[in-house]
Amino acid sequence: MNGRPSPGRPSPGHPSPGLVTRYAAGDPDVDDVTAWSVELHLDGCAPCRALLAGGVDGAGRALLDRVAGAVDRGIVSGPAPVPARRGLFGRRVPGRTGTVRAVTPWLLTAVGLLAVACAAQRLGSPQDPQDPLVLLVSPLVPLLPVAAAWSRGNDPAWEIVSSTPRAGLGLLLRRTLAVLLVLMPALALAGRLTGVPPVAWLLPCLAFTAGSLALGGLVGVSRAAAALAAVWSAGVIVPTLVTRQVPAVLEPGARALWAAAVAVLCAVVLLRADDHRRLTSHD
Amino acid sequence: MTRVWNGMGAVDLAPTTHPWTVEAAGLRVRAGRHLAVDGLDLRLGAGVHGLLGPNGAGKTTLMRALATVVRPAGGDLTLLGHDGRRGGDLRRVRRRLGYLPQAFGYYPRFTVREFVEYVAWLKEMPSADVPQAVQRALDRVDLAPRAGYRMRTLSGGMLRRAGIAQAIVNDPDLLLLDEPTVGLDPEQRLDFRGLLRDVGVDACVLVSTHLVEDVAAACTDVAVMEAGRLVWQGTPGELAAAGAAGDPGDTAIERGYSAVLRAHRGGSAR
Repeated sequence: MNGRPSPGRPSPGHPSPGLVTRYAAGDPDVDDVTAWSVELHLDGCAPCRALLAGGVDGAGRALLDRVAGAVDRGIVSGPAPVPARRGLFGRRVPGRTGTVRAVTPWLLTAVGLLAVACAAQRLGSPQDPQDPLVLLVSPLVPLLPVAAAWSRGNDPAWEIVSSTPRAGLGLLLRRTLAVLLVLMPALALAGRLTGVPPVAWLLPCLAFTAGSLALGGLVGVSRAAAALAAVWSAGVIVPTLVTRQVPAVLEPGARALWAAAVAVLCAVVLLRADDHRRLTSHD
Repeated sequence: MTRVWNGMGAVDLAPTTHPWTVEAAGLRVRAGRHLAVDGLDLRLGAGVHGLLGPNGAGKTTLMRALATVVRPAGGDLTLLGHDGRRGGDLRRVRRRLGYLPQAFGYYPRFTVREFVEYVAWLKEMPSADVPQAVQRALDRVDLAPRAGYRMRTLSGGMLRRAGIAQAIVNDPDLLLLDEPTVGLDPEQRLDFRGLLRDVGVDACVLVSTHLVEDVAAACTDVAVMEAGRLVWQGTPGELAAAGAAGDPGDTAIERGYSAVLRAHRGGSAR
């Protein structure tokens, strides 16, 4: 279909040069249906487009010159083209993400909390090396930034965001994942420094993150995170620090339960995906 | 075959199966604990509709409910033929929605172009169409020369125009603008009215405003709200005709607006 039509004879698929010329000149004999099919063809066939110029009269040429001049002037005076930003796999991605700035302080707070726990566990109380501080704070670490990433107070454009189709579980998971990607290396480092195996801190951390999202569908992610943090602090951290014993929920035997909790909570989050369509479900 | 109908697809050519773009019956919406919209009936089709009403009449709450930001507390709300209560429908409605909130929040460090691009991404526009759509939206609000400026450096009027650009970037079928002319100078308001008329040819545009003259100049239809209910709906000409010489107001349409509100208040007091 790409061959140049030989002059005078219509080749299959191409309109005859005579027809192209008459179309270009605006010949009234060329009816609408023919004009459309010629137009459709010209749109995709450069050799036939080259024939167009021959069929245009003086006034038409002047018009084309004026248009070309105006386009040239527009290109010169207009803004320079903006290079498209491309991310992984050559896909266009938005240059920025809206809430990074709002969440950064909370991320730093979480990392700071972890650093303090890590330092206290390593340096402090040599007579009580059992205090598993890193293990105790690991479920709390992601709660602050996750709550901050999905609250109306922290996102200046929340009203616009929550009127868009992307507002929902997908965007929430995207932001949660970003938070976890930042925190995981910090947790891994803290775990390594204090000799805590990764599975021991990872499971409670994921369970509380999933829990805050699941509960967040009902009462809002911020409230859910606050409630979970309060329950964990009152139910586990304080008793552990008072009795100085590793709580049963952090014993290796409880890991299967944590894993089951992660699975169940993730399933709840996915099943209740519609709860997150309005950024927070409570108003 | 290449694209002949540039930017047009099966979606655009499909016939609409819903008679009204917005159809509310007995709609109730809460703002905090207070029922700000209480039993509102409203039907809007294509065209530019002005939403008038005194402060506290529930205009902004209604706009938020129509923008699917808040869930109605009761009544029926059908947007673009979808109920909007199921997740999939909500998503379909939101793709065809443009919304400028009254409190237009933005990311101060974004450039104007980045902000509009981000909203285009949030609206799930095909990524290949985004740069062109963003440029077109910025051109339409006359903000293209400032595309590279950071949002925090913009003046109030420019921010409003950036807000309008993000609302129209996806060529919405339902465009909701809450107080869009605040901060615009008279010339920009004229341009904005032209833009409204342009968009309102085939889309449903609802403009909430205090400025009665904007309504008179750019709207094909006016809805007046008071205390969470629709009290009057008609054309600007009919609103102007509703006023008598004795009603307060400097123009015919202002007198009509006062007369409509007064008639409603008198009627509800009885």
